Amino acid sequence: MADQLLQQVVNSLLIGSVYALVAIGLTLIWGVMNVLNFAHGDFLMIGMFISFWCYTLLKMDPLFSIPVCAAALFLLGAGIYRFIISKVMKGPGLAQLVVTFGVSIFLANLAVMLWTPDFRLIEKPLLSGTWSLGSVQLSIPKFVASVGSVVVSAAVLLFLKKTRTGKAILAVEMNRDAAQLMGINTEKINSLSFGLGSALVGIAGAFLSMYYYIYPQVGGLFGLISFCIVALGGFGSIEGAFIAGILIGLVQTLGGYFFDPAYKYALVFLVYLITVWIRPQGLMGS
Amino acid sequence: MLEVEGLAVGYGDLLAIQEVSFNVQKGEVVSLIGSNGAGKSTLLRTISGLLRPRRGTIRFEGEPIHTVAPYDIVRKRISMVPEGRQLFGRLSVWDNLLLGAYGLDNRGEIDTALDDVVKLFPWLPERRNQRAETLSGGEQQQVAIARGLMSRPSLLMLDEPSLGIMPKLVTEMFETIDAIRKKGMTVLLVEQNVFEALSISDRAYVLQTGRIVLQGKGEELLQSDLVRQAYLGM
Repeated sequence: MADQLLQQVVNSLLIGSVYALVAIGLTLIWGVMNVLNFAHGDFLMIGMFISFWCYTLLKMDPLFSIPVCAAALFLLGAGIYRFIISKVMKGPGLAQLVVTFGVSIFLANLAVMLWTPDFRLIEKPLLSGTWSLGSVQLSIPKFVASVGSVVVSAAVLLFLKKTRTGKAILAVEMNRDAAQLMGINTEKINSLSFGLGSALVGIAGAFLSMYYYIYPQVGGLFGLISFCIVALGGFGSIEGAFIAGILIGLVQTLGGYFFDPAYKYALVFLVYLITVWIRPQGLMGS
Repeated sequence: MLEVEGLAVGYGDLLAIQEVSFNVQKGEVVSLIGSNGAGKSTLLRTISGLLRPRRGTIRFEGEPIHTVAPYDIVRKRISMVPEGRQLFGRLSVWDNLLLGAYGLDNRGEIDTALDDVVKLFPWLPERRNQRAETLSGGEQQQVAIARGLMSRPSLLMLDEPSLGIMPKLVTEMFETIDAIRKKGMTVLLVEQNVFEALSISDRAYVLQTGRIVLQGKGEELLQSDLVRQAYLGM
């Protein structure tokens, strides 16, 4: 019993840290420009497919396509901001919501058209197998994805807190008008943040492609869960998103263990509902 | 130095500023006074580029600036200390100052700017790592002014610097502004604290419901009936 529980906790941490990375990308975009990117999950899907095609066509292991996914998704995110979202930024909030929703549907359907709705898997990734640590089985690709997600998340936080550009992003997040008065070009910061948030989800896509099924609708569930995480952690809070990501991982895995795997997502959304009922601003929100 | 002509600024159907013309000469302290809602802050926000005028022109050193983005206005050496301080609360005092110099590219110029603001507020270095939101109201206002000076402006605009700070610190605030002008800074000041503002101003304009109704030298306006009755309660 105790062994099984430990195994479940380990599994929670493994998936929770990847959730956290996905959610940090989303919360960064929200924090800087108050745009909820509904296409975030589809960006993840695109990242996974890029990794898949790098593997299939170029014989590149997902481990090495991480920078490719990051760069491609950065360009995709910054481009979509510049050519689509920035056009509706001055409009009502609903217009921004609808436009990212449109991008989401477009990308998912484009993937079906280009690559069929089939489920795919990277069959022989460099990292495979499990380590046995006592009674706990540790999947090697999941472990690497998890550690990688934590490292990338920490790097983002460090970038934001320690570099001039990072501080400018935080300044725009805290007070857009004051940031402009300081001479910070907020349009550039918007593009950069959208690109950066998308690059993070691209990296998460590369990690997930090492062990997860790849199909055009894969972004839907991840997108939804990352919205929950962002709301739970407090909109715009990077630290909050990280903690909430781990928490949601725990709820999902332990919930499935103690009750029934069929209910695991219901429990995730239940925890989210209870949290916003008690603390609407989220865990770390102000 | 700054010439505003026939300026009209609106929000939706409402015109907050109607046909306002005024100027600021180099080395002057000029005040805009008036009650709440008279359009003083709107005027400063328009000069700093955060709002676009419906009509009229704003020239700075002869060059029209009313279509320039706010983040480029500061590079033209116009700096605004906004109403309510608007510091970056979760960042440190020092980060706030350095962000004030975001438009400067030259490391040496940033160091000079830091030296200057530390001379003005010597307590800044010892509190450099403190989060700005944990400072008192008066301290925050000093950081806001220091941050505004970090871009090494030739025109400093202050929007209600005495608002929300302890009464006994208000005098100190006006002494600070006086010290800044003595170093040769041109200052455009928006204030509800009419007596103190006029006392340190070379000239002032009185705004009522979006129009300039009176202008003159600071001490003249202090003696005028309109100002004495409407703003000084005499």
